[in-house]
Amino acid sequence: MTTGYHIVVCGTLVPDPLQTLEPVQSPAGPALKNEAMLPSVLDPWAGHALYEAAHLAKSNQGSKVWLVSLGPKAKLQQLMMTIAQKAPFELVVVDGSASGFTDSYEIAKALAGAIEKIQGLDRSRLLLFGGCASASRDASVIMQMIGERLGIHDQFLGVDELKAETDGSLKIAERVEGGKYQMSVCAGPPAVLAWATGNLPEPPNNPQIGMANMRNMMPAIQKAQPAGLAASTIQYAGVEVPKQQRQTRIVKDIPAEEIAKDILNWLKG
Amino acid sequence: MEKILFLAHTQPDGTLPKVALEAASAASDLAKKISGSDLIVAVIGKNAKAAVKQFGSLAAEKFLTVSGNEFETSRYSSDVVALEAIARQAAATFVMAPTTSRFSRVLPGVCQRLEGRIDTHVSGMDVKGEQLTIQRWYYRQRMMATLSRRTRPWFLVVDSGVFEALQGTAKEVAVEEVKVSLPQDIQRTKVTGYESAASGGAETIRPDAEILLVAGAGWTKKQSDGQVHIKEAGELILNFITKNQASLGSSKSLVDQSSEGQEVLSFMTHLNQVGQTGSTPRHAKGLSTCCHGEEPHVVGWRFINDRRAINLDPNCGWAQGKADVLYVADAFEVMAKINKLQANKSLV
Repeated sequence: MTTGYHIVVCGTLVPDPLQTLEPVQSPAGPALKNEAMLPSVLDPWAGHALYEAAHLAKSNQGSKVWLVSLGPKAKLQQLMMTIAQKAPFELVVVDGSASGFTDSYEIAKALAGAIEKIQGLDRSRLLLFGGCASASRDASVIMQMIGERLGIHDQFLGVDELKAETDGSLKIAERVEGGKYQMSVCAGPPAVLAWATGNLPEPPNNPQIGMANMRNMMPAIQKAQPAGLAASTIQYAGVEVPKQQRQTRIVKDIPAEEIAKDILNWLKG
Repeated sequence: MEKILFLAHTQPDGTLPKVALEAASAASDLAKKISGSDLIVAVIGKNAKAAVKQFGSLAAEKFLTVSGNEFETSRYSSDVVALEAIARQAAATFVMAPTTSRFSRVLPGVCQRLEGRIDTHVSGMDVKGEQLTIQRWYYRQRMMATLSRRTRPWFLVVDSGVFEALQGTAKEVAVEEVKVSLPQDIQRTKVTGYESAASGGAETIRPDAEILLVAGAGWTKKQSDGQVHIKEAGELILNFITKNQASLGSSKSLVDQSSEGQEVLSFMTHLNQVGQTGSTPRHAKGLSTCCHGEEPHVVGWRFINDRRAINLDPNCGWAQGKADVLYVADAFEVMAKINKLQANKSLV
């Protein structure tokens, strides 16, 4: 009998959150100014999903983790230099734009297609992981659409905790309104889990894991298939950065009680 | 001719979320602006027939429901079947729904089944001629796009706090129950209940609150006496949000402290986090305390109208230009005074 999980994590690069972003118009639609030059990081919630996947695989013998990334392969190669030492996984690359302005429908189609082609993937043991939203499109839709394309009907969004029970079931905590978790028990794989922050800190770098990962990463990047994204059905009328500057009134050198009264008046107003 | 389907769901207590009433008025406005369009209202839930009366004042062509115990709680596998059946029966070209955890989970799957397209976090709509354009944010509230689509059905999931809530009293309406069958193989997941994310169950997140209090990592740092005062900080913050029925937000650095093994505020979780990897809540007023970074002041505050900050640094680059008022003061002292004044109302 085969044991363990086959965990596929979907995640790609996004511009470093510390970068100032400016929209520009390209022949293909809206884009970011100097997009190819912007420093990138692994999408934060997808990163949490990857670390949770690695942790789950480590504690369940026979498990394996794949990271499926859709992005420009040259930039993905740079990104892998920073995350390869974090967790053991096999990389699957789909070469295409990681822009937030591409259509989520097309991205889901390309990622589902890439997952279907993974050799040796046992769909009965599949846990499809990803972030609950990207830091680019921020739509929270792609994981569910991939799940539907793969025929997975147990789906969870905003997951912070997954416990694999001894009877094979999965106990899952999902974020819902009002600072609460909805608790569910799923009979077992296959399932889609779109992660929020989870409970694990970012793992420290491990050079041995990095060396093992790099053996398959370069071939994976070299044989990346083009995403084949169809022309978007979105018509953008405009993209703009909002006005951010406010005239800040600075109140200083007055007693705390006066400030407290001012704030209370403001709260009442 | 456009068929505009408005979707809502009941909450576990049988009521409708406020954002559903906001999305209902947006759907109604859209139906009025697109000439010749029909509005169809649909509700799912344990007792959806009772809840749909809340939308009785809408000029809808018909009212659809999916009712039953299986639809009391939010579960993807049953919700996707019910909503697909509703959308097909309505022959919807537009599907409008509120942003809730339940619909955020399931609607992308319904859209996929119908080969439609979906836009979430819709924060504005406009109709010119027969064409609908919407506004939504990209790159975590850093830029806003105005866009349209020709593909139908087009799913629009509307954010809270954007549209006025539907006014009008509940009214009896003729209801069509949509038949949905749930085979055993799609009932592999059971919802077992709800738990508070915070230890002790303190309620700190109130999406409908007037004010958002944002706490930064400064609350857990050494104060002027060279000591940390976590317990006092927790009491001051909890006292304020309880007294003012405020919602509590946090900077990333504060909530990250728990995973870094530092002493933390027990009621603060990652669910409180605002900013890039947290939420971007909508409140009329926001007061940030002990925050020193970009996240709470820019991204986390994007949808806060009236912003004030208490900060010891008069040159804080993130508070200046982002807050309307910056109080240069010790947040411990100021919050203690606020709580004291509120406790003794005659002093206010």
